Amino acid sequence: MPVAATEVNPRSTSSFLKDPRRLSHLRLLEAESIHILREVASEFERPVMLYSIGKDSSVMLRLAQKAFYPAPIPFPLLHIDTGFKFREMLEFRDNMAREIGAELLVWRNEPAIAADTNPIALDTKRCCGLLKTQALLDGLRHYNFDAAFGGARRDEEKSRAKERIYSFRDGAGQWDPKNQRPELWNLYNARIHPGESIRVFPLSNWTELDVWHYIHEEDIPVVDLYFAKERPMYVRGEMLLPIEQSFVARPGEKPQMVKSRLRSLGCSPCTGAIRSDADTIPAIIAELISFRSSERANRVIDHDQEGSMEIKKREGYF
Amino acid sequence: MATLAASPFSIEEFLLEEREKDLLRFSTAGSVDDGKSTLIGRLLYDTQSVYEDQVRSIEGKGTTAPGQLDFALLTDGLRAEREQGITIDVAYRYFSTARRKFIIADTPGHEQYTRNMATGASTADAAIVLIDASKGVQIQSRRHAYIASLLRVRHVLVAVNKMDLIGYDEATFRAIVKDFTAILDQIAVDTGTPVETNFIPVSALKGDNIVHHTAAMPWYEGPSILELLESLPSAADTRTSPLRFPVQRVLRPDHTFRGFAGQIASGTVRPGDILTALPSGRTAKVERIVTWDGDLEEAIAPLSVTLVLDREIDVSRGDLLVSTETQATVARDLKAALVWMDQRPLDPARKYLLKHTSQTVPATLRAINHRTDLASLSHQPAATLQMNDIGSVTLNLLRPIAVDRYAENRATGAFILIDAETNATVAAGMIRSAVDISAGDDNEGEAWGRVTAGEREARWGHRGGALALTGPAALIDAIERSLFAAGVVTCRIDTGDPVFADDAKLVELVTRVEMQSGLLALVVRNENTDHLTARVEAAEIHVESDDVMHAISTVHQLLHNAGIFISAEGAGL
Repeated sequence: MPVAATEVNPRSTSSFLKDPRRLSHLRLLEAESIHILREVASEFERPVMLYSIGKDSSVMLRLAQKAFYPAPIPFPLLHIDTGFKFREMLEFRDNMAREIGAELLVWRNEPAIAADTNPIALDTKRCCGLLKTQALLDGLRHYNFDAAFGGARRDEEKSRAKERIYSFRDGAGQWDPKNQRPELWNLYNARIHPGESIRVFPLSNWTELDVWHYIHEEDIPVVDLYFAKERPMYVRGEMLLPIEQSFVARPGEKPQMVKSRLRSLGCSPCTGAIRSDADTIPAIIAELISFRSSERANRVIDHDQEGSMEIKKREGYF
Repeated sequence: MATLAASPFSIEEFLLEEREKDLLRFSTAGSVDDGKSTLIGRLLYDTQSVYEDQVRSIEGKGTTAPGQLDFALLTDGLRAEREQGITIDVAYRYFSTARRKFIIADTPGHEQYTRNMATGASTADAAIVLIDASKGVQIQSRRHAYIASLLRVRHVLVAVNKMDLIGYDEATFRAIVKDFTAILDQIAVDTGTPVETNFIPVSALKGDNIVHHTAAMPWYEGPSILELLESLPSAADTRTSPLRFPVQRVLRPDHTFRGFAGQIASGTVRPGDILTALPSGRTAKVERIVTWDGDLEEAIAPLSVTLVLDREIDVSRGDLLVSTETQATVARDLKAALVWMDQRPLDPARKYLLKHTSQTVPATLRAINHRTDLASLSHQPAATLQMNDIGSVTLNLLRPIAVDRYAENRATGAFILIDAETNATVAAGMIRSAVDISAGDDNEGEAWGRVTAGEREARWGHRGGALALTGPAALIDAIERSLFAAGVVTCRIDTGDPVFADDAKLVELVTRVEMQSGLLALVVRNENTDHLTARVEAAEIHVESDDVMHAISTVHQLLHNAGIFISAEGAGL
């Protein structure tokens, strides 16, 4: 069919399954997420996208590019830098923002960083509270953002399963799980009073496997730390601790080279690596489906106490 | 993982299989003790959708016998419900089989949380309704089935659970099927939406007929719950439905490009299609379907795309692009079913905002037609709707919007109501009929006959009437303008006009025709006096003509007292 001056990307035909009346689940999830991104950009005065550099953020960023194409992404990216992020993450962040022409804002809780806040001196809970939650709330307030996109998924953790797509926060940025607005169809209630804000989760309905599969199908760049490689690690029982922050080492611990990778990208002192040979996206997916342990399990922070994620969320964490 | 061990696992094959999966959304609802959490936990566990660390975290906990997993713990989320032992909100779960992906909207059955059930059902293709076989059909099961039907969930799976407690007795199962089928028939009459139904005898606790068939009930030869879920048609195929494209955003990166971004609500769009923009009614041809992945030659619901039209027509966020052959109804007056979701009851004095597709419009309650009693399925007169009530209302919108009936289109027939003061989402609405502002007809089909006085009143917010004004021309002009500003449809008869030539009979005739058409006839006689005389029927007033504002408000009060306005708000008082 002669269609002048239009280029049909072969990928677009993969929208349809063998039965052309059916759309693949990824295409359906993508369409839903784009709808959400466009709604928020149109209904809020100052939206921002929380960009954490991880795989979920990478997918969310690609969806934002798609949602507004050929116009640029109509909101800035905000990275909450705890000062403990891996060097590769920060390089990746800066390159990515430059490449796609997005406005990147970085916010740090400088007083807490200057006071040498770290998870060993404090505990992980108080460290997260200062460097992540407090920094996030301060950053949002500083720029006066009224809507913030986050890459959280409902399948990550039990308390997230009940999270709305538009998650309403009071003037202090806090979440009340008993007082959430009902969310019907794809009609989102964007009305807020001055000082209130919402967090928005466009990837709510994606699973970890969906995210990786989409990265694979769409060739989305992700940080190299996700791929297995010989890396120096402190080995403590089953735990592999990256050497980035040497102060996590206990007396006598020496780094060893271990073929390993990170399943999720957090702060270096609190993110364990796993032994792995997965050095491609399909290999990561293969590992994921054979290794049935939820991804947050190697984030130290969730083990503090039963339901700790819910407590963090009530206080303002994503 | 036995199947993986038996044949060498190929990630390439897995990814190809993964790519072919579609998506089915279903909701579950059940009373506190129906075993709903157990059923979902069992579905997740038996389809190997639970992570090992999650299983480890519930081992040895819960209320089941030693050594037996309490599957309900896999799905109980928040602290409050862990403390109370019940689910209190909508929770979403994800699992997949070799054939498809599933999203479960897990909603509580406790009576006060009807709103959550409606929330879960609003996006569901199917619903699982639980009945406790040892107790028979309870009010909760009836409520769930009603909401599924009202929200147009196409397929209901009735899981008759706890069959193990009644010795897997077929006769008891058959009796429940008979009872509930009768109830479903009644519900379909009330909601106008029959649902396809399957009954499955199960034991969530033992795993009978959840994923695998069971030897315990050889008399049941139908599919298991999972087999049904895998074989149901997924998201409604709307390819052949009329195109509905709510515009979310106008993309204008530079002066050369103007595209309308949105998610196709129904139908198919191709370059060359002629579309009509509603409510304006302008038409244009689709020139391109733009996506980041390249232009498309065809796009179907529910894809998110950007349409470029062949000419500049005035289209903005909130407008609906539709196929020119089958247009939507442009209406200000809607009759709709409501599920009330707020602690604060429906109050005609409060201001509500109606959000429909990508637009939000102030809405006024005109009437509460009835409240539906779910126990008897009868309609009762109601002065308000309380939290969890379901009823029918008539709404009037400040601006016309383009809508379809919910029975025809879930996306363009649905709305939510927002309390303008608290910003709470107070109701879910499903449009039953809409009065088209141009045709004046009612697409419910009942009103193809003559337009009634009631319909005219609903449209204009006032009754037909005649206001006789005698006095200075400038003051009469000011009064006419004030009525016009208040939304009153006036029609002026200047008795001094040569057409009427002081023909009292002709003036009376024209006045009567105008009144019958629901208009406010202004029978005007200009006189250079220092006062104004205004008369409606037998009531007459005289006001000084030097205080314009006073004269205006006195005339409005006169009309209000005569019952011309339906509400005080309409009188501009």
